[in-house]
Amino acid sequence: MSGAKGLDLTLKIWRQKNAQSKGKLETYQLNSVSPDSSFLEMLDILNNELIEKGESPVEFDHDCREGICGACSLYINGEPHGPGKRITTCQLHMRSFNDGDTIYIEPWRARAFPIIKDLVVDRSAFDRIQHAGGYISVNTSGNTQDANAIPIEKEYADEAFDAATCIGCGACVAACKNASASLFVSAKISQYALLPQGQVEAKNRVLNMVKQAEKEGFGPCSNTGACEVECPKGISIENIARMNREFLKASIAE
Amino acid sequence: MSLDSNIPEGPLKDKWTNHKNNINLVNPANKRNIDVIVVGTGLAGGSASATLAELGYNVKTFCYQDSPRRAHSIAAQGGINAAKNYQGDGDSTYRLFYDTIKGGDYRSREANTYRLAEVSANIIDQCVAQGVPFARDYGGLLDNRSFGGVLVSRTFYAKGQTGQQLLLGAYSAMNRQIAKGKIKMYNRHEMLDVVIVDGKARGIIARNLVTGEIERHSAHAVVLASGGYGNVFFLSTNAMGSNVTAAWKAHKKGAYFANPCYTQIHPTCIPVHGTQQSKLTLMSESLRNDGRIWVPKNLEDAKAVREGTLKPTDISEENRDYYLERRYPSFGNLVPRDVASRAAKERCDAGYGVVNNDTNEGVFLDFSAAIDRYGKEEAHVRGIENPSTDEIRKMGKKVIESKYGNLFEMYQQITAENPYETPMKIYPAVHYTMGGLWVDYNLMTNVKGLYSIGEANFSDHGANRLGASALMQGLADGYFVLPYTIGDYLAADIRTGKISTELPEFKEAEQKVTAQIESLLKNNGSKTVDYFHKKLGLIMWNKVGMARSIESLNQAIEEIAALREEFWNDVKVPGDANELNSELEKAGRVADFLELGELFARDALERDESCGGHFREEFQTEEGEALRRDDEFAYVAAWEYTGKPSEAIVHKEDLKFENVELKTRSYK
Ligand SMILES: Cc1cc2nc3c(=O)[nH]c(=O)nc-3n(C[C@H](O)[C@H](O)[C@H](O)COP(=O)(O)OP(=O)(O)OC[C@H]3O[C@@H](n4cnc5c(N)ncnc54)[C@H](O)[C@@H]3O)c2cc1C
Ligand code: SF4
Ligand code: FES
Repeated sequence: MSGAKGLDLTLKIWRQKNAQSKGKLETYQLNSVSPDSSFLEMLDILNNELIEKGESPVEFDHDCREGICGACSLYINGEPHGPGKRITTCQLHMRSFNDGDTIYIEPWRARAFPIIKDLVVDRSAFDRIQHAGGYISVNTSGNTQDANAIPIEKEYADEAFDAATCIGCGACVAACKNASASLFVSAKISQYALLPQGQVEAKNRVLNMVKQAEKEGFGPCSNTGACEVECPKGISIENIARMNREFLKASIAE
Repeated sequence: MSLDSNIPEGPLKDKWTNHKNNINLVNPANKRNIDVIVVGTGLAGGSASATLAELGYNVKTFCYQDSPRRAHSIAAQGGINAAKNYQGDGDSTYRLFYDTIKGGDYRSREANTYRLAEVSANIIDQCVAQGVPFARDYGGLLDNRSFGGVLVSRTFYAKGQTGQQLLLGAYSAMNRQIAKGKIKMYNRHEMLDVVIVDGKARGIIARNLVTGEIERHSAHAVVLASGGYGNVFFLSTNAMGSNVTAAWKAHKKGAYFANPCYTQIHPTCIPVHGTQQSKLTLMSESLRNDGRIWVPKNLEDAKAVREGTLKPTDISEENRDYYLERRYPSFGNLVPRDVASRAAKERCDAGYGVVNNDTNEGVFLDFSAAIDRYGKEEAHVRGIENPSTDEIRKMGKKVIESKYGNLFEMYQQITAENPYETPMKIYPAVHYTMGGLWVDYNLMTNVKGLYSIGEANFSDHGANRLGASALMQGLADGYFVLPYTIGDYLAADIRTGKISTELPEFKEAEQKVTAQIESLLKNNGSKTVDYFHKKLGLIMWNKVGMARSIESLNQAIEEIAALREEFWNDVKVPGDANELNSELEKAGRVADFLELGELFARDALERDESCGGHFREEFQTEEGEALRRDDEFAYVAAWEYTGKPSEAIVHKEDLKFENVELKTRSYK
């Protein structure tokens, strides 16, 4: 795998000391990066160089580095999670870039995602939307009915699963010109709407979650589909259509 | 202090029921006056937080990530075990119990393991009720797959994202309680010490990772669900932030650390690509259902593969060595993890490795036979007569894709090779730690009121964990065990009232935390935290890894102690204390790993036998299999901190086997 020549890169990275201060793009030169390195390993290399030089390293969110925890973000060359379809930033590898490239690295930009430092943003609005209804009200008792008591058609089970794979990264918001959270919200609504267990609370769930998203300052959906294109998990905008139907149904019933 | 595991009397199968019937309960009105701190929001901490809040306790939950949903459990791929016997293949509570004891190489407690098997079925019911979308068959019923070390199909799954779906289930249960105000969630907070008042755990010191503020939090009991410590090896399949700090700080305050040397090295991970690598990626064990593991039979072929002059697909059947099928005909590719890992190492040490990296370490995991088999099955189902090879492969690939699609994509993303066309290359990597805080049957450490659940404790897996059993244990502990056993302890606290954070013990703990942070920032040495972490990782991997010897362990102990000293003299941590500073976070974690590493090696040195994931070169059979020494070592080693890892004292909990016969594991 190794052996290929390293890449020499120019990095333009958003630096911002904290929420209050103004940020700006800084330029860094980084040489001989292995094309087998991941994008975040490339930032690790940069940070170790910066620390050795006595400069402050670049803060960015990450944890699993496998595309599943949803912690990593980064707006790379104008695209959430960078080039490459259906991957997160931590799954992006340097072989997607060329020797001599200039790479722009910025945080998610949205009113509801304030910057904490450098490339780290505050996505707690997403959690608060989930608090508003992202659950089925069932206590842990140890005598719930047998799991196979209600068969669920494979087709619906699979569709619910697909919606449930949202990792809560926020790329959909970053990709949207209105900074709408509709794809994220609709993923949870759809998962439950497709399952029998989710029916009882369906009405309040959709009303409350949508209301909370508005309150957090996410914009309206104007169906451009930019979110679906950038979503690393391929969450389909059909979920938004389903959410809208659920919302309408619930509003009429109000 | 004596080590009483508090196992209830009575026959194995009645112990848990009887115990639940006999322990003290807290009445609902009184629960409102009791606070519980939970550190961690993985499957263990998330499920415990939600359940404790449902019961009425005031819960404060902490995680270092920006949301509870990102805990490392999210990354679990393959599945979760449960003795449901939906496949009618002879599974039962007893069989799951027996498989777990045997898989753990007879180094776990019978009573705990039996209880785990007993509550496993409830987990699946609970998760389905929460809306967890497990895989289903065409009849709409739940589907199962097989994992290593067992002969039944009892693993429930949601594609290759089982951990994600289970964790989101627990997260949703938490969200319901957060909305009700019963859980107060502290995201981006790191616990840096536990506070002990009059011998009881009464709170924690935590750092707000955004503002840097050091906070005191009090409670009537503290639950540590902080995950495993595999990152002591630097390279592992754990998330970057996974750490031992919470457990280690508790250890330094008196909690015993049990069996630190029991580490699981998972056989199927993507091999290391170079020195700049930051972490390793697991390829789920479920792949061994359909993948066959092999290396070339001839050394020249292995060399040619490494040099890129020979393609694996051009090596004929008779020139391949399917070494697991050869050595273990009855379990074949589905032997337990420790056995599979050592067998890969044996072949690579002998020169048959197929990867072109520093160590040539890697073997093939090949799906071509499965693609062929499934393709033929599909053709048959669809009534296609005499299908062409191309047609068969195409249909077969579709089946494989539906089972493992996301794993194949992940592999291709990382390696730029297409595993549908050429075999995957894999090699063992550090994955899970069976060791952890010592707990009794109630999941309480030897410090009163301090509990530990999930991977952070040592309890159920002995010297080796079976696949798909960690998720089971995390949820069993959090949903079904701890919420009951903790009531027995808290029943005595209903009149205590709020614990004040002005107590001198809080002040003292806070001062120590602040002092460590200051000394790290002031140090201004010449080397980064990663430099030390990588060095520690190499010592651990080479000397305390898949094979250990008296010589290598003694060297490791010396080298780690020296490295720790160098760290405190020469580490450079940039930035300030009162801001988001991930280098400072890492520095604190590596400082703890540098202490744990030494205890880890000492534990391995004391254990003069091979068992499960612990393989001592001095103790092996003629065929190179692990040689257990039950007469002397059928015990849990629980270490007490006395000031330095080198001076820790071992306490032994003897393991009694009354329901299974101690046997030499055989998967042949
Ligand atoms: C890649 C991978 C795949 C796996 N696949 C499977 C599988 O298919 N089946 C299976 O059974 N098992 C699997 N496992 C193992 C299993 O995922 C873990 O053992 C299990 O999820 C651990 O859960 P936990 O709740 O104990 O801890 P974790 O999920 O690790 O959670 C730890 C929590 O503690 C918090 N924390 C840690 N330290 C602190 C601190 N100091 N202060 C505050 N908070 C802290 C973290 O924020 C986090 O919330 C896999 C593991 C890996 C690495
Ligand atoms: S919908 Fe897609 S882009 Fe949006 S948060 Fe979920 S995974 Fe990320
Ligand atoms: S770091 Fe977890 S998804 Fe990227």
